[in-house]
Amino acid sequence: MPRFAMILSETPQTTPGGSPAEIQAMLQRYADWARKMGQEGKLKGGEKLAFEPGKRLRKEGARVAVDGPFAETKEMVSGFFLIEAPDYPAAVEIAKTCPHLDYGTIVVHQIDEMRG
Amino acid sequence: MQHRGGAVADGAVGGLVDDLFRREAGRLVARLTRFFGTAQLDLAEEAVQEALMRALREWPFSGIPDRPDQWLYRTARNAALDRLRRQGTAKRLSRDVIMLAEARLQDSSGHVFAREIDDDQLRLMFICCHPDLPPEARVALTLKTVGGFGVGEIARAFLAEETAVAQRLVRAKRRIAELKLPFAMPEPDALPVRIQSVIDVIYLLFNEGYAPGEGDEVIRADLCGEAVRLAQLLAAHPVTGTPEVSALTALLCFQAARMPARGDGAGDILRLAEQDRSLWDRALIGIGLAHLDRAARGDALTALHLEAGIASCHAAAATFKQTDWKAIVGYYDLLLERAANPVVALNRAMALSMAEGPVAGLRALEAVAVAPSLRRYYLLPAARGDLLERLDRPGEAIAAFTESLALAGTGPVRRFIEARIESLRARLPQAVSGG
Repeated sequence: MPRFAMILSETPQTTPGGSPAEIQAMLQRYADWARKMGQEGKLKGGEKLAFEPGKRLRKEGARVAVDGPFAETKEMVSGFFLIEAPDYPAAVEIAKTCPHLDYGTIVVHQIDEMRG
Repeated sequence: MQHRGGAVADGAVGGLVDDLFRREAGRLVARLTRFFGTAQLDLAEEAVQEALMRALREWPFSGIPDRPDQWLYRTARNAALDRLRRQGTAKRLSRDVIMLAEARLQDSSGHVFAREIDDDQLRLMFICCHPDLPPEARVALTLKTVGGFGVGEIARAFLAEETAVAQRLVRAKRRIAELKLPFAMPEPDALPVRIQSVIDVIYLLFNEGYAPGEGDEVIRADLCGEAVRLAQLLAAHPVTGTPEVSALTALLCFQAARMPARGDGAGDILRLAEQDRSLWDRALIGIGLAHLDRAARGDALTALHLEAGIASCHAAAATFKQTDWKAIVGYYDLLLERAANPVVALNRAMALSMAEGPVAGLRALEAVAVAPSLRRYYLLPAARGDLLERLDRPGEAIAAFTESLALAGTGPVRRFIEARIESLRARLPQAVSGG
């Protein structure tokens, strides 16, 4: 079964806030989604990335330029889920059900299994 | 290597205990304030908020930690220290604070730990209800810092503007910093006044949530739950658990126990007589009775004792008719002896109508009706309408309810009165059908 990375990003503008109860309610939405996807065998794992803009490396002549911290408006990748789906459209359908879309964006990439 | 994400895939990100974050927010602010001082309430609140947001970002991927409370505590404590360092004021504080905090985490198991958290919450409650703070700020501040409610939620509960609530909180916190209040239980000589102030806030908090009104229903029910929790906290402490506090706790438990039966499921109010008493929370009534028992120790007989007594009569009655109305009238008489209060007199008249009949009730009501403060009180004509209905005088009852409707606000109260007028119309003698 093809695997896909679902990469979750948010910007400071879309970052949700709220009361403790509201934050818990949001967390519960993710938890419910993850449980459902896990039970259906679609969710295979995930990793949280440190909540910071990260570093972008790029060669400029002989030296390596390192960008960051980025401007406030830049998107920050908050983490990724590994999912299994028969094809791209199916993977996109899974991502569409993720509550994260209410607070940020999701990028879906197929994992290239043609190694070795 | 164990893949951390496995927790996610296995569905280990299960359910969280209801109200966990709200409850933990209150506890964490109290604990952090113990370390950082009452002048740093803002710092404590911001650090707690940051910890909750971190949980929101991490737990979906990593799963819920085995001890969410400890995870949140460590994260909030570190966030507070980071903020202090950034402010540059931490140079002197941080080492001690970290050591203290870590020492506390070391022995953070068992009963002593839970008890300490309770005590921290009590200390914070005494700060938030301090008599030197503006009375209107005390309730909001208690809800925000001890209760873990958000500004938006408080505004919705009180039908206030968010900015107004926020400003009230800012001013109150500034005042606390000015007063340099120690994070400690009140001194013995100040205790009675300070406890009274806390009792007043809890009582107000409960009534705000309990009275039928227009604010957000869910939040309003949460206010009642929080008031019951705070009263229990206060009652459980050897120093603050006075007979009056026990009476308060008993009263709130009895009232809260009836809440599940108060609605008809469609947002409308059910009268005591109409409620399905099997929906009453028997466990909570039991807790209330235990507190009433404790309240009776000593000689104190406060207004709260009498109110709790009335509520216990309702809670103990199998049916509306079997209620000990005579005892209730007696409690109202004692209340009125302490202080004349037209609303209490109105309630007494209604209890009297159950004990001795609607005629006696109507007579007592007439005596109440002269009070100027009740002139625009919708419950007065509604009470009269109720008695007239029981006397089978539907025409006059409709007139009384119509009068009440003109004074009532909007929402459930209005619908309730309208429904009663509607049902009374059906009881009007049929007009002779003309040719």
